[in-house]
Amino acid sequence: MRFLNLLLFAGCVAVSPFAAAEEVVVYSARIEPLIRPLFDAYTRDSGVTVKFVTDREGPLLEKLKAEGANTPADLLLTVDAGNLWQAAELDLLQPVRSKTLESNVPAHLRDPQGRWFGLTVRARTIVYNKDKVSAADLSTYEALGEGKWKNRLCLRSSKSVYNQSLTAMMIAEHGESRTEQIIGSWVANLAVPVFPNDTKVLEAIAAGQCDVGVTNSYYFGRLLAKSPELPLALFWPNQAGSGVHVNISGAGLTRHAKNPQGAAKLLEWLSGIEAQRIYADANMEYPVNAAVKPDPVVASWGSFKQNPLNVAKAGELQAAAVRLMDRAGYR
Amino acid sequence: MNPSRTFSFLVAALVLAPIAVIFSSFLTPADDVWRHFASTILGELVANTFILAIAVAAGTTAAGTGLAWLTAVCEFPGRRFFSWALLLPLALPAYVIGFVAIGVLDFTGPLQTALRNLTGSAVPWFPPIRSRGGVILVMTLALYPYVYLLARNAFQTQGRRLLEAGRALGLTAPQAFWRVALPMARPWIAAGAMLVVMETIADFGTVAVFNYDTLTSGVYKAWFGLFSITAAAQVASVLILIAFVVLLAEQVTRWRMRFTSTVPLASASRIVLAGANRWMATAACLIVFAVAFAVPALQILVWSARSGFRDFDMRLVEYLWHSVALGILATLVITTTALLLGYTGRRNPDPLTRFALKLSTVGYAVPGAVLAVGIFVVFAWTDRLVPDAMRSTLGLPTGMLLQGSVVAMLIAYLIRFLAVGYGPVESALHRITRNIDEAAIALGQARLRLLARIHLPMLRAGLATAAILVFVDVMKEMPITLMTRPFGWDTLAVRIFELTSEGDWERAAIPALILALAGVVPVLYLTRASDWRGNP
Repeated sequence: MRFLNLLLFAGCVAVSPFAAAEEVVVYSARIEPLIRPLFDAYTRDSGVTVKFVTDREGPLLEKLKAEGANTPADLLLTVDAGNLWQAAELDLLQPVRSKTLESNVPAHLRDPQGRWFGLTVRARTIVYNKDKVSAADLSTYEALGEGKWKNRLCLRSSKSVYNQSLTAMMIAEHGESRTEQIIGSWVANLAVPVFPNDTKVLEAIAAGQCDVGVTNSYYFGRLLAKSPELPLALFWPNQAGSGVHVNISGAGLTRHAKNPQGAAKLLEWLSGIEAQRIYADANMEYPVNAAVKPDPVVASWGSFKQNPLNVAKAGELQAAAVRLMDRAGYR
Repeated sequence: MNPSRTFSFLVAALVLAPIAVIFSSFLTPADDVWRHFASTILGELVANTFILAIAVAAGTTAAGTGLAWLTAVCEFPGRRFFSWALLLPLALPAYVIGFVAIGVLDFTGPLQTALRNLTGSAVPWFPPIRSRGGVILVMTLALYPYVYLLARNAFQTQGRRLLEAGRALGLTAPQAFWRVALPMARPWIAAGAMLVVMETIADFGTVAVFNYDTLTSGVYKAWFGLFSITAAAQVASVLILIAFVVLLAEQVTRWRMRFTSTVPLASASRIVLAGANRWMATAACLIVFAVAFAVPALQILVWSARSGFRDFDMRLVEYLWHSVALGILATLVITTTALLLGYTGRRNPDPLTRFALKLSTVGYAVPGAVLAVGIFVVFAWTDRLVPDAMRSTLGLPTGMLLQGSVVAMLIAYLIRFLAVGYGPVESALHRITRNIDEAAIALGQARLRLLARIHLPMLRAGLATAAILVFVDVMKEMPITLMTRPFGWDTLAVRIFELTSEGDWERAAIPALILALAGVVPVLYLTRASDWRGNP
């Protein structure tokens, strides 16, 4: 009988909404090692507990859809603008009006309707082998399709959302038929079949299997931190034109959030100085908040002009980009 | 309708609920995606899928059956060690073996780099690992243990006297294998190959590492790339249909065949290999063991060491505990269900029941993430059936009851892995002649006692096989675990996902290694349990 009482008591504590301290629930496609330090710091600062569960974006969106009004999630965190755009399209997010967020996050890195906000910037850029290529030979993403790169180009698979959003942004700039030509010319220049991840592309360039490729800058930073002797260098393309293609990791308030105020506060905090510093240091990404300087190693790669087009375009045109890459034979 | 039949229909209904959700995608047209696929990549996806499935099925059948024959029936140096060690690749997820194979054998890997330094030039003759041949090889190495375990089980329980009779009648050892042992082991080998085919067509992780596009890649492309879960579910439905046709075809080819045989009585002597054969047997086992397990495991260990074991903290203990707890609970649920279904099939050989039983196992052929969504939709819908008024009177939380509970995870695993438990149990039941049942009943034994006293001891090997496969498969499972786990219930597989999804393979090495070790323990224990009594 005592045991039963205990069990019932435990049950009540577990379900009572009043017993626990304030709590914000996050569904995250950004992985645990990268978000836990942030949430721990937030709990220290505010006393609010952050509960989270990780998964890939697609399943998380389906989960939110299936749960509907029953969802425990207050905040959705993802690593790509396309997914945030898709979540907003499916009406899984609700707008947040916040002066703090609007001043911390540049306009092209958030939803014009305030349903999601970028929190870090990831630059997709050109990497080359210093022993075989001089920076003067490089200019734009588009130029990687020129004849001189025949059998010298390495790319990651078109299944990577980063390549999908790069292609989508090219469609926004050049239109479909010109972009299809460019992608086709890349494929014709490939030295070897496409790789499953950015790190493999970098290793192949370093080993001399090819001379030039396209990767996110933080993979470059991570690999060089481990093997500083590799003959690799970054090049910021399209500086005379539209600028370097950037994507974001970001977050939005869920449509059926149980604690919308708490979630909005967390979101504001994530765009603030302290969080942006942790964010930027944890994965060598760029902070969205201009008041925070990137990590010294990242800063040493030099500053660059970002493509000012709103990253929402990447989501809007992603499906078109995937089809285009299929047609162009980019696997 | 008798209760056992009702039970099998209920289980079939449980499995069918999420599958019905997946098929319901056909209610919404996704013609544009199909047209796009048809005009671009569909042909390649279909061809790749069939070639991979057939080649891996053939490879695993040959390797698994051959190795099982050697360790179960023959005698050669190292036989005892290999009899369990050859099961170890089961504990490594296929995509991990794939990643290691590429890491070691590709252009940038240590082997080709050393060769280049040695010869001072490129080595274009080196076969490319990132190729169709490479993915077939890796999946064969990762999946042959399914066939090996089942075939070994068959050879161990075959009446040795038949073999001896065959040999006394002048058959050589190879002839005895081809003419007597192999035909008698067919249901086991077929059950193993069937698991391999289902696993292969549902695989996403390994083919992604090789960038080898199959229909499952098409599922993910439609879902993640084209934002069409509808089209994704439709492509997945096609996979389910293919699997089901294969399942039925296999069933029809052995329709009315009886594979019962005499009970293995006294131990017979093993076939002692002599001369060169002796060492060739050892070499064959050693090569497979090295390539499929030792080298990948060592490479993982080197990677962990290189990352300075920096993630080696107490949380790993928690992940391990979650993995093992889920593995054990799921194994109990699934093996018991498989046993009950096996009996249903034995007592009700009518076509409808057989059909329902086969239907119960198709969850294994669905790409994991798609099945996870199907299951989740069913759970969410069930939760919504509990009206809010009832919740407030009972003091239940608003929101989720079933979702995010361990019970839900177990149901999900049952739907996914029933095939893995059912295959070995069904094959083992073939071994028990109906004469035994009739004799026992004639002697006045009650049905339950019949099960406990006579069948269970004879089913021991089959149940152990089912338990090993289910336990290891559940621990390796990723998409369903990710989607249905309660807050804080991270497992080793979840951890591996987190680290590899950002390309951090070196840090994923430690959880991968612990996962492998956790899988090894039951393999060791249960192979002992399944070993043929009197002939260790």
